[in-house]
Amino acid sequence: MSAPARALIALFALGWALLLAAADMDYGLAPEKIADDTWVLTGRSEDFSFTNGGNIVNTAFIVTQAGVLVIDSGPSRAYGEQLRRAIARITRQPVVRVINTHHHPDHFLGNQAFAPDTLAALPGTIHGIHTEGGSFNDNMYRLAGDWMAGTEPVAPIHPLAAGPLELGGHQFELIALEGHTGADLAILDRSTGVLFAGDLVFHDRAPTTPHARLPAWQASLDTLEALPFRHLVPGHGPVANDAGPIRQTRAWLGWLDRTLRQAADEGLDMTEALALPLPAEFRRLAVVDAEYRRSVGQLYPALEQQTLRTGKARE
Amino acid sequence: MNIHHAIAVAALALGPGIAAAQTDPLDSPRWGDMKKEFLPAAARVVFDERVRVIAPLTAENALNVPVSVDASALPDVKEVLVFADFNPIARIVRFEPRGARPGLGFRIKLQQSSPVRAAARTGDGSWHVGGTWVNTTGGGCTLPSTGSASPEWQKRLGEVSSRVWPKKEGGERIRLRVIHPEDTGLAAGIPAFYIQQLDLADAAGTPLMHIEGFEPLAENPVFTIDIPPARAASGYRVSGRDNNGNAITATIEK
Repeated sequence: MSAPARALIALFALGWALLLAAADMDYGLAPEKIADDTWVLTGRSEDFSFTNGGNIVNTAFIVTQAGVLVIDSGPSRAYGEQLRRAIARITRQPVVRVINTHHHPDHFLGNQAFAPDTLAALPGTIHGIHTEGGSFNDNMYRLAGDWMAGTEPVAPIHPLAAGPLELGGHQFELIALEGHTGADLAILDRSTGVLFAGDLVFHDRAPTTPHARLPAWQASLDTLEALPFRHLVPGHGPVANDAGPIRQTRAWLGWLDRTLRQAADEGLDMTEALALPLPAEFRRLAVVDAEYRRSVGQLYPALEQQTLRTGKARE
Repeated sequence: MNIHHAIAVAALALGPGIAAAQTDPLDSPRWGDMKKEFLPAAARVVFDERVRVIAPLTAENALNVPVSVDASALPDVKEVLVFADFNPIARIVRFEPRGARPGLGFRIKLQQSSPVRAAARTGDGSWHVGGTWVNTTGGGCTLPSTGSASPEWQKRLGEVSSRVWPKKEGGERIRLRVIHPEDTGLAAGIPAFYIQQLDLADAAGTPLMHIEGFEPLAENPVFTIDIPPARAASGYRVSGRDNNGNAITATIEK
């Protein structure tokens, strides 16, 4: 057999192996109906891993008379495709809108599975996907491996503005907030009383802070708590029927902000700030140790810098 | 990991005496090379838990990994060398506590998961080695600094910000940051550019700490230095230079 022929056979074998591997990449998505026309897919309360394939996020869809509205598309192309098939098992209505609540990878990297014309987000989110989507995607390959096969970042083309949105008999309210990132969209379905809070709200899972501005985030939580909702879909963690997850997120962020400011004011080195004990009330939050460590890395350098003064140069 | 675990198992099989004398507690296949490269061949070298290296077991941001070294449990520490076995540039920082507590807090860049070690030389000439593993997804050494792409830092190059805190147990803590890109020279087209020397003295000029920096120190490095009660002063000075000869000089006022 010639060398090119052997190479060709090897290539086919490799192709089959990849296809077979891809067949195992099943997220097991099981939409749960939480209100009229409204389904939620609850991710695991974990860190990204080769085991969960990035499915640590909540996504949702609302089936209206004018088509399906999808809220967040998941962490990978495979997730987006499996989400689309899960929707098709429940309704024959087409997906007419896919909204990304913010620009973090687990909320938009499934966009490829949907028609480009359906994709929409706040302008700040679109900008974030354009500027950081590539590096997020690279990082997800490192953290979730083969589950990411074929995934590329796709930025929505439709900018959203805050205000009412009517779709097939559902009265949605788009609420433009910030604090978790520079642009966080919450969506209230006034017809069903469901509030989709995106990552402004975490439930029984420690919040992530790579782009956080804590005071703005706290103000956004106040806005959310004042809304007339009956069901609350957090970005991560189980669905709730009260404001408990909002208060839980506020309590963690408040403690984090106070603790790190005080540590910086007292002159603690970052390794000392990392060693501070976590209060017992937060032990129930999933991955709290890892998120605290990440938050110190993300927030402490700016806080400690605020405590230092620029000295005069000696002549 | 499998290979060096296998080596450790083999070492144990030779007998407990040999293993206890020679086995690297961090089980790194690079230890032999590190020892050869950084420590004098004739010197007595011991693994010693009195040299504490404190760093997170997992560091998400490989560009800014916090590390604290504390050798204050040892008597008469003359110098401390800090290095990371698997970094493309292993040497991170060397310091001589000339009156300051024999310890230093700083931030580093890591290219991949690695032991981070401190080797402290005491007055009797022996080297005491402590360390810890830091896991990271890596890439910290081959990325350009953010400063190298920004026109802003050039105006602030070498700018020092600092503060002095009284310590509850007596003495003082000094924290200082120097604006510097700390480029490693490993990112394409960007030459190595880093702080080579920093000296801390009291207001009268009496030396307290001599720091020799290498490429893996993090951009805009932050240092934490503790001063024992007997050496606390009314004010302090810092002076130094980078590898291009730019001077760094500032007073640290209380």
